[in-house]
Amino acid sequence: MKRVYVNEKWCLGCRLCEYNCAFANSGEKDMVKALKGKKIYPRIRVDEHDGITFAVSCRHCEDPICVKSCIAGALSKEGDGMVKLDRTKCVGCLTCVLVCPYGAVVQDERGAALKCELCLTNTAGYPACVKGCPNAAIVYEERD
Amino acid sequence: MPNYILPDFEVERRDDRCIRCRVCERQCANEVHSYDEENDVMLADELKCVGCHRCVALCPTRALKIVKYSGTFRENANWSNQSILEIYKQAESGGVLLSSMGTPNPYPVYFDKILINASQVTNPSIDPLREPMETRVFLGKRPQNIERDETGKLNNNLPPQLELSVPIMFSAMSYGSISYNAHESLARAATELGIYYNTGEGGLHEDFYKYGPNTIVQVASGRFGVHKGYLDVAAAIEIKMGQGAKPGIGGHLPGEKITEDVSRARMIPVGTDAISPAPHHDIYSIEDLRQLVYSLKEATEYKKPVIVKVAAVHNIAAIASGIARSGADIIAIDGFRGGTGAAPTRIRDNVGIPIELALASVDKRLRDEGIRGNVSLVVAGSIRNSADVVKAIALGADACYIGTAALIALGCHLCRTCHLGKCNWGIATQRPDLVKRLNPEIGYKRLVNLVTAWQHEIKELLGGMGINSIEALRGNRLMLRGVGLNEKELEILGIKHAGE
Amino acid sequence: MISKYVIIGGGVASTGCIEGIRKVDPSGGITLITAEPYLTYCRPLISYLLEGKTTLEKMLYRPESFYEKNGVRVMLATKSERIDPERKTVMLSDGTSIGYEKLLCATGSVPFVPPFEGLDTVKSKFSFLTLDDALELERAITPESRVFIVGAGLIGLKCAEGIHGRVGSITVCDLAPQVLASILDSDSANIVEETLQSHGINLILGDTVAKFEENVAILQSGASVEFDVLVLAVGVRPNVALVRDAGGKIGRGIIVDDTMLTSLPDVYAAGDCTESFDITSSSSRVLAILPNAYMQGECAGINMAEGYSSYANAVPMNSVGFFGLHIATAGTYTGELHEIRTPGCLKKLYVNEGRLVGFIIIGDTTRAGIYTSLIRNKTPLDEIDFELIKNYPSLMAFSGNSRLKMLGGVV
Repeated sequence: MKRVYVNEKWCLGCRLCEYNCAFANSGEKDMVKALKGKKIYPRIRVDEHDGITFAVSCRHCEDPICVKSCIAGALSKEGDGMVKLDRTKCVGCLTCVLVCPYGAVVQDERGAALKCELCLTNTAGYPACVKGCPNAAIVYEERD
Repeated sequence: MPNYILPDFEVERRDDRCIRCRVCERQCANEVHSYDEENDVMLADELKCVGCHRCVALCPTRALKIVKYSGTFRENANWSNQSILEIYKQAESGGVLLSSMGTPNPYPVYFDKILINASQVTNPSIDPLREPMETRVFLGKRPQNIERDETGKLNNNLPPQLELSVPIMFSAMSYGSISYNAHESLARAATELGIYYNTGEGGLHEDFYKYGPNTIVQVASGRFGVHKGYLDVAAAIEIKMGQGAKPGIGGHLPGEKITEDVSRARMIPVGTDAISPAPHHDIYSIEDLRQLVYSLKEATEYKKPVIVKVAAVHNIAAIASGIARSGADIIAIDGFRGGTGAAPTRIRDNVGIPIELALASVDKRLRDEGIRGNVSLVVAGSIRNSADVVKAIALGADACYIGTAALIALGCHLCRTCHLGKCNWGIATQRPDLVKRLNPEIGYKRLVNLVTAWQHEIKELLGGMGINSIEALRGNRLMLRGVGLNEKELEILGIKHAGE
Repeated sequence: MISKYVIIGGGVASTGCIEGIRKVDPSGGITLITAEPYLTYCRPLISYLLEGKTTLEKMLYRPESFYEKNGVRVMLATKSERIDPERKTVMLSDGTSIGYEKLLCATGSVPFVPPFEGLDTVKSKFSFLTLDDALELERAITPESRVFIVGAGLIGLKCAEGIHGRVGSITVCDLAPQVLASILDSDSANIVEETLQSHGINLILGDTVAKFEENVAILQSGASVEFDVLVLAVGVRPNVALVRDAGGKIGRGIIVDDTMLTSLPDVYAAGDCTESFDITSSSSRVLAILPNAYMQGECAGINMAEGYSSYANAVPMNSVGFFGLHIATAGTYTGELHEIRTPGCLKKLYVNEGRLVGFIIIGDTTRAGIYTSLIRNKTPLDEIDFELIKNYPSLMAFSGNSRLKMLGGVV
């Protein structure tokens, strides 16, 4: 399965990935309409310290601990597919945040859980963070 | 102290499109943009803007525009805004004005006054999609005559040649003036394209030895980085006598730019200024030059061509004639429009002559003296597109060097502030956070794309002329006509006027 | 009747077991026996149901089709009376019995009801553990009801949040001098108490019921509380009866090894009814949390199907919120305390022998999983930038090479 990988050698910490993610998941066609005047809740987060920058999003683990820990059964994984979050089942307990070793689960505007779904469930169709990275630091590929 | 200096640019931000993403703020090395949290607006300090367009290119909603500062002095055809501001700067600093890249002044651009022929009716065009088109060229000395042994077999007396898949190479740009990632992009692109890139006078970084077969190493007046390994790994050696942007003077890379890596490549201590003297202090005559040429050939067992690079100046024809007799295999002529990392403004804008005129006069002189075959001619100094390449070859060049065009392909926006060391595109800087911005994976592909595109265009132009090889174009002045040129210019260029 | 795999108990541990079995054995017959009349639902969600944050349908842990797809025969509303470990049968309350090759006991918890004097005089009293408890409670409350909850632990407070706004008043009492005594210290509990009180919930701490007189509770301190509805949320106990009566070894909960095998041959146990080895306190404890139940169930299932799995790094942990105030806790609170207070967040990290063994976070629980992972992996803190990660949990605290391994491939 293809996953999103960030190469910290080329990450500039510009945060375009965060804005592209928020836009892709907004359901709007125009970025200004989607994001102007609004707080963004991107599913990929840039970390920055002392000249090093990189971005983290859900790793779609082979044996995801979040799926086993969700008290609402809202997280699931089919075969070697992506880890899916059913936001209608999520009650916002944030146990998934408590167990994810990568800190990849974030919160949405309601305080409930939110995470990367590889833009497979929104209108973008292809990971927006990958497409919008100006320095090819983020790639979408299969690795073992 | 009142502020006399006016901004060069204004930053226009469409607030209805700005989503306060602050990418412009994060990506501007000149700290132009900032976010005012209290009022939730983006601010811009236009005095710091150099017009590099990094923010414009990265803004996800295209909310930014950089425009020329509209404030002006009273109109004056003699004292332009620029001339007035330069005096203020010198009154404040007492220093020599420095500039980067080629001169922007409105001197005539001869390439834009030369037109190319096409075949109609008689001598039909050749279709480059159907017929083979040879863009391959060889650079080097041609043997004077054919030699055979007693049995009649051909004696291979061909001196060492450089083989280029297309008559374009990447011009000399030193490691120190441009970044490691820029060099990597040039080296990888040259390798993939089957052409060459030039190390410039900054030596060769050990990581790039593997691209040696596509590398021309430079021996300049400061002799930075010159050691046996350096010469052995290269495909050819270029002795830099001068540079088009700053003929007659040397170079100066300030100590802040001499990082660990740069110091190792140049073989000088970290933090010291890298000064290249005006002349080579061991070359004061053409005989001295010949001595250096042969020292380098001895050191490399006569296996590599030696190039001599000169700036296009008044007596260029006579100078070239001397060099052609000195044993050099290739002469590279750099016209006055050539680029530079940093040069004194007055020299860059007022010294040297256009490459078109220099090339034409050198080619003619060498032919007249019967020594055109002693050397190949490579020209530089603002080759901007494939048409310039075709025109240069028709005027007599064997190949062209591109410098500025290559950097633009890598992302340069010609803001001409390289000497400040804060290149936002990761090209003309040594700051690691800025160098990061030029990902060689992206960079080398863009260079390959550029040269490949030009190669296609050259084939189209050749086909249009009814020619199927660069060789048949070289020096073929009949394929060119001038327009808007006077008698003298036409005579020097050796071409007729359009309509003749 | 014989089934290759028999599971007693329809909680989340049973689902883990089914999925564990199916990882190894795609076809062996599975029978699930549950005393409740429902397919596996998420017990922790019953308070959210009252709040309106979820529905009965959405509370199902797996979709209805899960059981047929995985070849599971479900026996709802069926109580198991006895296990016969020699004959390898389970006797059901209707007198029939089922034979097994491998058995999982996942009987969960039962509410602990202290023998309060006069409890039988109270007409409207409820536990708050099962879905039926919640539905009955919902039927009983009115917008004027005065609700009295005994027990200010997770269950009691969640119940309070669940009915908040739907009743006249809510009073919670607990013998401990603070709320959430099992997972918080007094500092952090204070913050929670302030939040609860600011939402109108009355707290009586350090006191408990001495006796009930119909709709009045007389407390040990002498104070009295009038109520219409009583909820008993004092605690739960592991439901060990079946294994105990069959002769299996019991501590506080059913004792199992790393493969979830009890002392009875071919009998496994998982979930709230067991006790597991807590690596942070190096002792056996009952870890009645859902993630643990699932993982133990999965481990048991794999082993029951003769695959091999071991679950040996159990860590107590909780993530819960009250009225928007988030709490994340894990591990044990011993060793050296590192406390970080920022506006909106109180963080207490406990370090023992150079490793993180526990933490309490109130407020901003972003990326707490990075801390949990340090506890679970027993990462020596001198291998990372602990000063950085103390203030801000981030993979930045690890070396570039570690990050390459964590983020650069499939994990």
